Amino acid sequence: MNALYSLLFVFLLVLIPLFGVDAAHLRTFFGICIPVTAFIIFLIGFIYKVINWGRSDVPFRIPTTGGQFLSYDPKMFKQNKYDCPQTGAQTFVRMVLEVFAFRSLFRNTAASLHETKDGHVVAYKSSKWLWLFAILFHYSFFIVALRHLRLFLEPIPFFLKGMEFVDGLLQIGTPTMYLTDVCLIAGVVLLLGRRLIDPKINYISYASDYFPLVLILAVALSGIYMRYYAKVDVIAIKDLTMGLVTFNYHVPETIGVSFFIHVFLVSILMAYFPFSKLMHMPGIFLSPTRNLPNDTRAKHHVNPWNDPNIKAHAYADYEKEFGVPMAEAGLPLDNPENGKAPEEEA
Amino acid sequence: MSDIPKADELFTSIDYAPPITGWMETPVDFSPGNWCYPAKPEKMEYMDSKLPGLWGKAREWSPGDLDWKLPANWKETVVNGFRERLDKFRSLKVFMDICVRCGACADKCHFFIGSGDPKNMPVLRAELMRSVYRGEFTLAGKIMSKLTGSRVMEEDVLKEWFIYFYQCTQCRRCSLFCPYGIDTAEMTMMARELMHLVGLNTNWIMEPVANCNITGNHLGIQPHAFKDIVDFMVDDIEEITGRRVKAPLNEHGHDILFITPSGDVFADPGIYTFMGYLMLFDYLDLDYTLSTYASEGGNFGSFTNNEVMKKLNAKMYHEANRLGCKWILGGECGHMWRVVHQYMDTMNGDTQGPQMTTPTSPITGTVFDTSAATKMLHITEFTSDLIKHNKLKLDPSRNDHLRVTFHDSCNPARGMGLLEEPRHVIRSVCNNFFEMPESTIREQTFCCAGGAGLNTEEILEIRLRGGLPRGNALKYVQDKHDVNTMACICAIDRATLIPLADYWAPGVIITGVHEMVANALVFEEGEKRTLDMRLEPLPGFEDEEDDWTPPNKEDA
Repeated sequence: MNALYSLLFVFLLVLIPLFGVDAAHLRTFFGICIPVTAFIIFLIGFIYKVINWGRSDVPFRIPTTGGQFLSYDPKMFKQNKYDCPQTGAQTFVRMVLEVFAFRSLFRNTAASLHETKDGHVVAYKSSKWLWLFAILFHYSFFIVALRHLRLFLEPIPFFLKGMEFVDGLLQIGTPTMYLTDVCLIAGVVLLLGRRLIDPKINYISYASDYFPLVLILAVALSGIYMRYYAKVDVIAIKDLTMGLVTFNYHVPETIGVSFFIHVFLVSILMAYFPFSKLMHMPGIFLSPTRNLPNDTRAKHHVNPWNDPNIKAHAYADYEKEFGVPMAEAGLPLDNPENGKAPEEEA
Repeated sequence: MSDIPKADELFTSIDYAPPITGWMETPVDFSPGNWCYPAKPEKMEYMDSKLPGLWGKAREWSPGDLDWKLPANWKETVVNGFRERLDKFRSLKVFMDICVRCGACADKCHFFIGSGDPKNMPVLRAELMRSVYRGEFTLAGKIMSKLTGSRVMEEDVLKEWFIYFYQCTQCRRCSLFCPYGIDTAEMTMMARELMHLVGLNTNWIMEPVANCNITGNHLGIQPHAFKDIVDFMVDDIEEITGRRVKAPLNEHGHDILFITPSGDVFADPGIYTFMGYLMLFDYLDLDYTLSTYASEGGNFGSFTNNEVMKKLNAKMYHEANRLGCKWILGGECGHMWRVVHQYMDTMNGDTQGPQMTTPTSPITGTVFDTSAATKMLHITEFTSDLIKHNKLKLDPSRNDHLRVTFHDSCNPARGMGLLEEPRHVIRSVCNNFFEMPESTIREQTFCCAGGAGLNTEEILEIRLRGGLPRGNALKYVQDKHDVNTMACICAIDRATLIPLADYWAPGVIITGVHEMVANALVFEEGEKRTLDMRLEPLPGFEDEEDDWTPPNKEDA
């Protein structure tokens, strides 16, 4: 149901620029106003959110340790430096592995129950599908996004050309099919499929989990349609996009409606980003179980709101309360007076 | 006990298919057995007198009743407390925002594996809180509540929190597998803090907390009784070894203060581990003292709120300063070591006296720089270093009747990284050591299902279900390697693993690592032992009157 809502919603979103541009001729509105506004919302929303996280305190160092810590004898017990970092540099490597290789997801296992001849068994097997889908999706999306830089840069940097060359290496069709386009679609479809088919994942999914996937799928499909089927006027589009970055806005007449649909969907994605779970992208950098070294027994860490007024129940009070039986039991007392029974005092 | 299903029946009753109704619409089962008993009002009155304003109103109430007698302004209190904690804990704020519900954590939780209840998937446990976060604090959640899985704080929501945040043992296994490191333990801690504000609490946690403040330990053992117990242990040790060991209590002027969980003073099999400590220290003629005032290593405050965690923990340095100790040696315990390793110095480091120094073994001279800030050393680090320097005469054959596996406690594994030291000690004191399957040990270890204050009888079935992953892994090595002993370095484990093993892998006993050290420790050349630490005949070393010699020594 949640998936259906999302699909329907994205479908409606496609209709907006379709009618807006074709019927109402709002070319400047959809070509300039919407994307610029969306980009501003994205930028401000994104930065605001990250700053807002950053303003919250980190009272304790709580890394999740994923291996042997730095031992008293590191030769005898080898430290697992990147799953249980002790220093800033090691923590940096842990973060790099987490961000670029999805290290934790790579560890994934699947638990299952079995009835065997030897009795009941809970089995765990390595399960890297989610990792594979996620890598496929994120890297394709990243490269596709990077490729779009060619629309905003003049001259086009050589690394972009190199990347495009590699991406189009198979040389299928005209214009040449990009591998990342295929991988992006595959990644989204696999992630979406997993969410629909796995009953556990399906159960925890909201409309807000399907919507970004469907939206990104629509963005990718509209882009592919533009490039391979509608064969839009790329020169004119570059004219528009260069106008955006040089604040010299104009919308050439030769740009087809498919471009406006693509841009509108991207705009929705940008505007939606800061208010959604897509913020996991910057969030991982601020995750206290990953970005802190496991060094709190060796180095002092300050809790900004540590309350010095919270003190131990004082030993003196303890001795006052239990002094008599303590004395009887022969336990040493700091204040011998505490050991006297009340009637002795009188 | 009687209405607990048999192990086989329980196993086959587990169904991972989610209910037809969405999780927000699925009602919560409040029948007895699903919740821990609330705290006695007098305990909460006492706590309120010591740390005012954190506990709501003390009262008699029951989660089985419809009316939980919440204060009139409970909603405001919880929502404001939530908002306040979002600013105090970045972990909470970030974890509220960044979950993508990928489901990697879903089958990592022992409570989910053993129950199939989707609200025991870490992602949904956290969603119980996140849904409120979105509904109360975010724009998207306020305007599109259904689509974003948002809701506002209602009494039913709070009640659901009470059930499910007391079905989390803060073991952090989910956080290991989460691609963003989202830690359900953090959220459980926060949810429990919030529930305390409106007087929702459990006696199994709050009575130990109150006890610990008064008597110095969770069990409420008063100083003279503590001394009696230690004297009994000294007597038992004399019966086993013929040696009368020293057990200094509350003495000034020793270098080392030794603190271990009080559970080990109180019940089998923890006491044998405690006796092991006493023997080891006597063997070394260690300059140390025990304390009746700081007689608790564990910290049930960490299952309660950060304030009481700090208050209980503060005793350790307070006592070290009073007695003039240079550093603290800590016994085998799980959550105690999470608190000591990740919280103690931050909370109370500034109360360390000038006499305190980096822990240094007086026997080997090893300086333990990795604990330079806390000045507190784990006993397996200490013992492992002794063994490495060949300072202990050990006869591992005294443990030959034990076929041993090792249960990594969650906190030393995932909140510290102490994995090899205990294994080194175990391998040095016994000849038959077998690891459980890889996915159930070290950083991937499974909880005993009784951590974080859940080790109570009234939720035994929940605990046994949660104990399935550990129990099944134990059964595996029992079948494969004839394992008959599971060692652990945690006092809560020593209590909870017994019913767990009896249920899932009957015939396996539970031991502390230092109980095995004590068995193997040779006090003096030619020392004969006929009894193990449990005062049971040592197989192969029985007291026999005849001059029988072991076959392998016949030529000598």
